[in-house]
Order: sequence, then structure tokens, then C-alpha cells
Amino acid sequence: MANIIIPTPLRKFTNNLPTLESDGETVIEVISDLSGAFPELKPHLFDDQCDIRKFIRIFVGDEDIKALDNEATPVDENSVVSIVPAIAGGAR
Amino acid sequence: MSRIHNGAFETAGEVSFRKEELERYSRHLIIPEFNIAGQRRLKQSRVLVVGTGGLGSPILSYLTAAGVGTIGILDFDVVDESNLQRQVLFTVDDVGRPKVEAARERLHALNPNIRLIVHNRQLTSDNALEIIDDYDLVVDGTDNFPTRYLVNDACVILGKPNVYGSIFRFEGQVSVFNYRFEDGSFGPNYRDLFPTPPPPGLVPSCAEGGVIGVLPGIIGSLQANEVIKVLSDVGQPLAGRLFLLDALGFETRTLKIHTDTDAPPITELVDYEHFCGLDLSNDEPGVKEISVSELAELGESSADYQLIDVREDFEYEIANLGGTLIPLGEIDNAIQSISADKKVIVYCRSGARSARAISSLESKYGFENLYNLKGGILAWAEEIDPTMARY
Repeated sequence: MANIIIPTPLRKFTNNLPTLESDGETVIEVISDLSGAFPELKPHLFDDQCDIRKFIRIFVGDEDIKALDNEATPVDENSVVSIVPAIAGGAR
Repeated sequence: MSRIHNGAFETAGEVSFRKEELERYSRHLIIPEFNIAGQRRLKQSRVLVVGTGGLGSPILSYLTAAGVGTIGILDFDVVDESNLQRQVLFTVDDVGRPKVEAARERLHALNPNIRLIVHNRQLTSDNALEIIDDYDLVVDGTDNFPTRYLVNDACVILGKPNVYGSIFRFEGQVSVFNYRFEDGSFGPNYRDLFPTPPPPGLVPSCAEGGVIGVLPGIIGSLQANEVIKVLSDVGQPLAGRLFLLDALGFETRTLKIHTDTDAPPITELVDYEHFCGLDLSNDEPGVKEISVSELAELGESSADYQLIDVREDFEYEIANLGGTLIPLGEIDNAIQSISADKKVIVYCRSGARSARAISSLESKYGFENLYNLKGGILAWAEEIDPTMARY
């Protein structure tokens, strides 16, 4: 069971759960699993071509999946999958 | 003008300190790996802090206290009552004053040895390169995507490091972008991490989504620490790494980020409002509007109308106009509560969410009697009822 860390802006789509578990064996299985369980999350993770959106990065452990095997990056029960979106707050 | 050398900044000629300065900075001078050499580098450095708000407050305070020689303060806003929960540079007496002026006074009192340069203007594609070129390093303490991409691109074009921090509710991000390593190569920049911004409205700003007051204090202080490390050439800067803080669960992570070799090179500044889609979506096209003064007249007349509030319940408790509360996310489940016959005025905080609600209701269900309250409850507080709390 890979552990998925949900960022604050997306928690409103996961019943405010900060972490979730998935049986998926690759990143795409984990993310698809997640968007299947929480359908409102899907448009925020995937674009119209079903690619992961460009303002969201996915990490397995401390490494960006772009530096691994992209969406096919394997995960196991010890993996921590982080979803990191762009946030912009700071001044006002 | 200083020049970049091995990631630090050196200027020809000796920088000296007066007795008062040596005593002020003595806790720096006795750190073996920092000492007077590090202090000298700080004194000869020029740093631009973009944004004088939640992040800018600790950044400016610590950089001024630490002895960075020249600090640029850039903001175009004035101090608002709602700033005081986290923008600790300002006091009640500053409300209504330009932030840069209030900040300069406070910082000068803190350390009169620092040269403070005030830029009471908005950073734009037309002025960014000229302003930033005068500095060695930029600190991003802004609050919106267009300015973040503008700061990033200008720093990449000019070869300046960009010390980035961003916050949302209980969550913060920090990194050092475009850092020049000893071999002359540059570390990843903001576009390597996020090539494009989210569509407007998807990720709320702090003004819309809120932020816990101490969080910018934490994240801004981490940015100030990175600035001092980069300028003085001590330690390992947070280049090629992204620090994340979840203050709610007290979880921290430091993730690796990489230069995107497929990304198009950044060679010129663009229209960042357009890049972020903001010029297209400020108002929903075709949505009918009503002004707050027209609504006030309607309220005094005998006309039959319905008022719908599409904010969240916790916002309703701060201030409301007595409308039926149907949060935007629940509106599809509450269609039967919305009149299809009489005039229906829909409102939110600023008018943006209510415009989206109307647009969606019109296209999905064919409503033709919906009017957006222009400027939302903020405009009502501004023009009609000054006793109402603005937030």
C-alpha cells in the first residue's frame, strides 16, 4: 500500500483527508485509483488528454517522477507519493 | 555594481565597518564559517524584495537586521486592517498608508546603516528587467501567479538568483531558483518546477483561501536564511530542492527538482496576465450585473426578488446580506431553491464566484433571471454599509 500525501488545495476533494493509501503498483495506477475514489479530484490532476497537469508535480520519495520513469514509476508498500501543486500566496 | 563569483557576490575594494556596526553584527562575526568575511559580503550586496506583505515582513526585517547593505522594497499596495494578522512590519497607525513607506520607516528605525530603496509600483513586464538589473538577488514574496512567473523569467534572463517562498492556509513552499553553481551552470527555475500555472479560480489566493498568520513568518524567515547563505556563500543553498511545510500536521519534506531540458528557453518577458489566463476570466462573459447601489434601492422598494449567497458558511458568519446560503460547490444540488421567475441576485465576496455560479446555472439549467452583484459583499461594505466587516 503506497502512501499518498494530498496537498492542502486538493483536500477539499478528498473529504479533507491529508493522506490516503493505494494498492496501485505504479504512479499512474495510484493516481488513477485516487481519482476513481474521488471523481471531483480527477479534473484537477489530469488534463483533457489524460496527462498529469503541468502545475502539479508528482514525487516518489524525494524524487520527481520525471527523473524516474514518469507515470510508470513503480511504487510499493514503502513508497510515499507526494502530489505537489503550484500555490501562489504570500503578500495579501 | 557587484558581480557574481562562485555563487557569491564580490566587489572590488574593501568594505569597512564602524565600531557600532561591529558591535551590532558581533553574533555573526563570531560564527567561524561566517565571520567578518560573510558580513562584508552582506554589506556589499543589493537585494530586491518583491512584495511587502506576509512573506515580505519577516524577509525585510531579518535582512535589514542582518546587515544586507542595500535593500529594495517593492509593493504598490496600502496597509489594510486585514494585513495586521500576519504582516508584522505594520501597526494600526499604518492602515491606509503605502506599504513601502511604512516599511521603510520601520526598517530604518531597526537599522539605519542600511540603504533602503523604495519602489512604490507594481512590477510589470515593462519595468521588471530595469528594476531587477540593479540588484544581485531577488526575493519572491508576491501573492499571485502572474508576478511569480514575471519575477522568475526576469531573474532567468538577467542571471540573478530568485529566493522563492509561497504559502496557502497551513502549507508553505521554499526554494532557491536560478542559482549559479561554481561551475557556472544555473540550477532549476520556477518554470522547471511548474511550466504553466493552474487555471484561474482553481487554486485560491490567500485573500480567497486564507492563511494562518504565523505561516508567512516561518516561510519568510526560511527565505531570509537562504538569502543570507547565498549572499555570504556559506552552507548549501536550497537550489535544486523544494522544501515543503505542512504546519497543520507538522510534516516537512525536501524534494529534488531538476532543470527541464525540454523546456523552451526564457528569452523575453511576456504578458503574464494573459499567460495565467486572467485577462480572459476576470468576468464571466454575458453575465448580467447589478451594482450595490441598485441592490440598495431594490431593498427599499417593494420589488420581489431573491438574494443568494454562494460563499462558504464560515464566510457568512463574518458578514452577510441576509441571502440564502448555497456554497458554490453545492449549487447543483440546490437548484430547486433558486427561483426561476423573479429577479435573483447572486453574490459572494468579490463577485468572481457568483459570476461563475451564474454562468454555470445559465448554461446547465437555462436560468435567465440571475444577476451578479458587482464587487460582491466587499463593494457593499465599501459603498453602502461601512459598519460591515471586510475580509
